[in-house]
Amino acid sequence: MKFSALRSYAYLYLLFLYAPIILLPIFAFNDGTIIAFPLKGFTIEWFRQMAGNATLRTAVQNSLIIALSAAIFATTLGVFAARAATRFSFPGKGGIIGLIMLPLVLPEIIVAVSLLVVLLGIGVKLSVFTVILGHVLICTPYAIAILNTAFNALDRSLEEAAFDLGETKWSTFRLITLPLVMPGIISSLLMSFTISLDEFIIAFFLAGAEPTLPTYIFSQLRFPKQIPMIMALGTCLVAASIILLTIAEYFRRRGIARTGGTDAGGFL
Amino acid sequence: MTTRPTMIEFKDVHKYYGEYHALRGITASIRAGEFFSLLGPSGCGKTTLLRTIAGFEDISSGAVMIDGKHMEHVPANQRPTNMVFQNYAIFPHLTVEQNVGFGLRREGGTPAEKARRVEDALDMVGLKGYGRRAAHALSGGQRQRVALARALILKPKVLLLDEPLSALDKKMREQMQVELIKLQRQVGITFVLVTHDQEEALVMSDRIAVMFEGEILQLADPETLYRRPNSRRVAEFIGVMNFLPAEVLGEAGGHVQLEVAGLGRVDIEAAQGSGRATDGTVSVGFRPETLTILYEGQKAMDRETPGTVDEVVYYGDMTYYDVRLDGVDRVVRISMRNVFGRPVLDIGTRTRVAWSAGALVLFR
Repeated sequence: MKFSALRSYAYLYLLFLYAPIILLPIFAFNDGTIIAFPLKGFTIEWFRQMAGNATLRTAVQNSLIIALSAAIFATTLGVFAARAATRFSFPGKGGIIGLIMLPLVLPEIIVAVSLLVVLLGIGVKLSVFTVILGHVLICTPYAIAILNTAFNALDRSLEEAAFDLGETKWSTFRLITLPLVMPGIISSLLMSFTISLDEFIIAFFLAGAEPTLPTYIFSQLRFPKQIPMIMALGTCLVAASIILLTIAEYFRRRGIARTGGTDAGGFL
Repeated sequence: MTTRPTMIEFKDVHKYYGEYHALRGITASIRAGEFFSLLGPSGCGKTTLLRTIAGFEDISSGAVMIDGKHMEHVPANQRPTNMVFQNYAIFPHLTVEQNVGFGLRREGGTPAEKARRVEDALDMVGLKGYGRRAAHALSGGQRQRVALARALILKPKVLLLDEPLSALDKKMREQMQVELIKLQRQVGITFVLVTHDQEEALVMSDRIAVMFEGEILQLADPETLYRRPNSRRVAEFIGVMNFLPAEVLGEAGGHVQLEVAGLGRVDIEAAQGSGRATDGTVSVGFRPETLTILYEGQKAMDRETPGTVDEVVYYGDMTYYDVRLDGVDRVVRISMRNVFGRPVLDIGTRTRVAWSAGALVLFR
């Protein structure tokens, strides 16, 4: 077989990618504090420990607030920017869009440190809010990239037709533009949410005393007896991501079926 | 016909896109209830002109009036016009009846009344019973009808059609041409059609404005446009026209004396000599169907010239001959209706061509 080498390479690659994730639930239910085979017995003790941990709960709460806010802000800004970029031409457009997209290529640590210096310089207290600011900054370029595609794919004459039939600019946006770019908006929300949820560097610099999920996990890795609980936490996160992606993909495919478009490929 | 009031008036309309001069002083009026076409090659400004009526395009100077009202500060959503877009712009996330009834959202009336109006509109375009279908599941011709119903349901004073038939195949296009004409007579609304297809314009329009490079070169009814094009450009754009170089010998008493290559001395009426040449050369033009090939024993009604068949193109009902007239080094195209029992000539056959001075147009 000509392709057998390639094929086994592909399988090895997939194994390397997913084996750690499969290990997560295995050790989350293992009755032992050491992460090693052979397995000792089944337990849900680690999940109980996780549920009873007050700091972890605060961290999860903070992370959810940050991720939700960042996703909504970044997507809203992204809608404005993408609409402006695809519908209007104005002087300096390329430069402005370039500046907005810059955080995509800037090392995150530089963004984090500069934000910290600026925020401390103007006397803003570090909190969940400052993390949101930082996350909006890094999520917006992704949101714009996704939404630009959605707005570009939208036929301009659809908006003209609605306006021609007596609607105002705003009701045209609400009745025609918004429903048709909705798959893009949902993608952008999900993307921003995911980026923010597992973002470490900016959260580490800008959160002050507030824990977020990644910074909390990082702080717990120093204590070996906490590691099974982190495995349990990881299991929950993987389960949540799979459910979220499944729902998103379901809505995306339904949207395509409803508008009769061709499937240009989604997440799955 | 001439007593119809004016519906749309362009007064010296100019439009610039930066340096580009898209509309160069359009002055014209469109009458109420007529089927009017803007005809020209792509980039001639016809779509831009249509969009200035709709309100999608601001004009740089001049004025557009609709039904006697100045349109300068009236946005598209408040103008008494509705548009059928080139790609139909059917809202893909709505059903057929939601598409057709879209414009009624802001109108008064009970839901039942609106539903009836949607039904009537669908009935008018022959889509009765299609209301619940998803709009994206329709064929090209059906989408076209939905777009028409959606635009006509508001009873606009003017319906604007931006190349509405260009996306359809030939058979469907010809069928829709006839349906559009019937529909226009039925509703009595002023239709303004943009097209680059001269045949479509001739078939459908009451009057046609032929546009080149942001200007209207000729505005006339189809017959005048076809028989008396006012310039070589219009003549070349509409249908097929033969041209032969000519020389003006003299003008007197409403007549022009010409020396035409291949045809000899010709005397035409002054009215036939109003065409403009493009490059300063003098020529006469004549349509293929004004020439007749004479068979054995036939005599010309007016005049005849000998020649040789150079090319034969057989179309079933018609045959096109390219004939090289004696004494001039170019071929003229002749279209002949095929009649039972009359043979199609072979290439190289010597023949005689009958023609009439009254069918000539002089360009100078």
